[in-house]
Amino acid sequence: MFYENKFTANTQLKLSPFFERTSKLNESQEWRRWAGHLAATSYELTHENEYFAIRTKAALLDISPLKKYIVEGPDSQILLDILVTRNIAICKVGQVMYTPWCDEYGKVIDDGTVQRLSENKFRITSAEPNLEWIESNSTGMDVTIKDDSYSTAALALQGPNSRAILNSASSKSLDSLKFFWMMDTTFKNIPVTISRTGYTGDLGYEIWMDPKDALTIWDILIDKGKTFGITPTGLHALDIARIEAGLILLDVDYISTRHALIEARKSSPYELGLGWAVKLKKKNFIGKMPLLNELNNNSGWSFVGIEIEWPGFEKHYRDAGLAPGLPSTAWRTSTPLYNNNQQIGYATSGTWSPLLKRYIALAHVKSKYAKEGSELMFELKVEHFRKLTKATVVKTPFFNPERKRSCPK
Amino acid sequence: MSKIKNYDAIVIGGGHNGLTAAAYLGRAGKKVLVLERRHVLGGAAVTEEVFPGFKFSVCSYVVSLMKSNVMRELMLPKFGLELLPLESTLTPLDNDYLIRTADADQTYREIARHSKKDAENYMRFGPAMSQIGMAVRPILETIAPNPIRPSLSDISATKKILDHVKSLTSKQFEYLTKLMTMSSADFLDEWFEYEPLKATMAASGIIGTFMGPRSPGSAYVMLHHYMGDIDGAFRAWGFQRGGTGAVSMAIARSAEHFGVDIMTEASVAKVIVKNGRAVGVALENGDEYNSNIVISGLDPKLTFLKMLDEPDLPSDFVSAIKNFRIRGSSGKVNLALDALPNFTCLPGDGHHLRGAISISPSYDHLEKAYDDAKYGNFSEAPFMDIILPSVLDPDMAPPGKHVMSCFVQYAPYHLNGGWDDQKREDFGDAVINTIARYAPNIKDIILHRQVLTPADLESTFGLTEGNIFHGELTLQQLFSLRPAVKWADYTTPIKNYFQCGSGTHPGGGITGSPGEMAAKKILGIWR
Repeated sequence: MFYENKFTANTQLKLSPFFERTSKLNESQEWRRWAGHLAATSYELTHENEYFAIRTKAALLDISPLKKYIVEGPDSQILLDILVTRNIAICKVGQVMYTPWCDEYGKVIDDGTVQRLSENKFRITSAEPNLEWIESNSTGMDVTIKDDSYSTAALALQGPNSRAILNSASSKSLDSLKFFWMMDTTFKNIPVTISRTGYTGDLGYEIWMDPKDALTIWDILIDKGKTFGITPTGLHALDIARIEAGLILLDVDYISTRHALIEARKSSPYELGLGWAVKLKKKNFIGKMPLLNELNNNSGWSFVGIEIEWPGFEKHYRDAGLAPGLPSTAWRTSTPLYNNNQQIGYATSGTWSPLLKRYIALAHVKSKYAKEGSELMFELKVEHFRKLTKATVVKTPFFNPERKRSCPK
Repeated sequence: MSKIKNYDAIVIGGGHNGLTAAAYLGRAGKKVLVLERRHVLGGAAVTEEVFPGFKFSVCSYVVSLMKSNVMRELMLPKFGLELLPLESTLTPLDNDYLIRTADADQTYREIARHSKKDAENYMRFGPAMSQIGMAVRPILETIAPNPIRPSLSDISATKKILDHVKSLTSKQFEYLTKLMTMSSADFLDEWFEYEPLKATMAASGIIGTFMGPRSPGSAYVMLHHYMGDIDGAFRAWGFQRGGTGAVSMAIARSAEHFGVDIMTEASVAKVIVKNGRAVGVALENGDEYNSNIVISGLDPKLTFLKMLDEPDLPSDFVSAIKNFRIRGSSGKVNLALDALPNFTCLPGDGHHLRGAISISPSYDHLEKAYDDAKYGNFSEAPFMDIILPSVLDPDMAPPGKHVMSCFVQYAPYHLNGGWDDQKREDFGDAVINTIARYAPNIKDIILHRQVLTPADLESTFGLTEGNIFHGELTLQQLFSLRPAVKWADYTTPIKNYFQCGSGTHPGGGITGSPGEMAAKKILGIWR
């Protein structure tokens, strides 16, 4: 069933420190580009097993292409507090905060995490390059800013068995590591930092390490994880999981203000469902005044979860003599949403949830229609013809298991 | 547990259909009590830790066609339904193998190694079966109408079905007729030539029936199993995380969410009938519970011949139920393993262990296995449908260990001389020897084995004669004839006594369908 793989083409894409392993595991040889890297789309011929690894076992993902920056120095906290919308002053050493950051008009540039590595040292992760933005806002501050993207390799281990695997590999137990906290430990005397974070909305961790240790750490995890169902997992599976978790993706669900050609393409955190991460009580931060103003005058747009209702969906297909045509992977084509024949929004990414058995999507809608339970019409193509089918605004995350935040007793 | 003794409805048997019916009635605001004889819920869909650390889907082991609307309406994913894909079917052979996987091109190539013609026909066969599935589905989803002195609703149901049949294409009609009447061997011979492929496909036509692949009527059972394949990404067919018991538990939690009371170790002795009406149940321990209606999730034999007294029933009905064919033909062997089986044809622990493994090298293998049973013996070299649940869900066994589920056919309920402990072990040995032919290390890695004969299935799960479908899925006992003419719409000759088990339309497997349709029928009456 297996054929020897003798690909020899050189690539102009950057290779992750794990490529030596991932390239040999990728049976489908399907790759996507992620921040200029080769990243596995799915390791197997179909991604289903990898998706279920995230939800029922443990999925191992190479997330090294993430952009990473180290901000260090006496003013590092002040800089970050000005830069992002969350309150970094209350971020303790060993804590991680998810946050968006905005331009001076309160429109989102990017979103990512801020890790407080020590009192005066932070790591920022982001989807796009942000070095220039961070530097330009640090004028006069006593900080050094370093691009950490290639000097730190990272893996995500996500799924209900992830803790057990890490416990068997780590010199210290992870049992008391709380959601969005991090710790330093060692695997066979190799230092790693583990944060309880991820992009799946499940119990999961991200492991940060020196690239020179990358292959050894990969091998340790695969070895220890074998009996727990560890599964190298690609971006197809991740995309389904992140939609179930209601997590947004830059360039798919929103466009960075930095490359939005027109005003309408820009979004504020409120318009992306990230209002909870905007801390207006902070003394100052970039975009504060326009965001305060937006809060007082209500946002024009909202970002919501919708569920495409099954009976209507099924009927459209039955009428065409077909079984319901569910998408087998997550889609990211903007799809119109209507109310009374008026377009009132658009869904930006959607998926059939194999676990929840629900057809779900993330969508921008005019705020008037954003209330939970609002009924909308979703545009569907059945046999090349456009149909409208009922969808309802529902709460996100669509999937939010208790294990995501809980610690063992 | 409340101490209410007056319920709107009492369900006898906490199997998955009983629980489904209860959940639907609870959802409609009725006060419902489920009474389960055993200490665990689920009936034949049950997970038990038979050996410490090793969890077995003791009896039923895969989810065949859990109805999508049942999943949705009872919110089963919220209560723990998690169906993992079973992606491949491996047929190990003496010096080779056949594998079909989730990837169409790979499957084409694997079949083409043996027959190019079959590989191409296989690509046509899937869509053809899918069309048949579309054709049959509305029939399966209709409450079977009574053809004898039909009521208005029977007439409208019959008309609906006739209209549907009229809408079929000639190809659909042809295949449907063939599937209803032919043997699976004859049907598959029209499509394929490679024996292991045909035999493996035909095997789904014998599961749960006392027939061989060459017996007329077996093609329908094959269709019944194919229904699980037509849903594409919806994936109604698969392996439940935590075993099939977790499906039952999801339904039970849903039922409780809707206010249903569930009692285990509550064995019902009799349905209390007054003036031709069911008015409650009496337990073995003497407790009595009153209710407006009683619903039995048991098989037709138990529902009528055990739960009622014969004089309460019309004599022609009693003889129909007595003639209802419920011959047990299968056993189940569950193994706790120290390591994975190593198949000679495909050594190592690759993806092939994540799917079904079918011991079905040829029609003759299956037919000979049936011949043994026909004359009162268990098969010396049986057909087996094997899965390794711990490969799909490592929580089923301790780290590094495995569990193996072997559905085995044939093991006749009426064994020459009857079943006893020795014969159970002999049967277990025949199973292990058959596996060892393809995976010789099996004998060295068995930590524990649980062998269930049809007699065990009867005594443990209350399956009469050990028949996993509550009665064979043969034409004369399907649809308006399941379990008996005039009483195929979940009603019974006793007023306020209903049936909702796999012995009613549309039959066995983890579908939730009989339970759902019975509840909807009942709610229609209530309205």
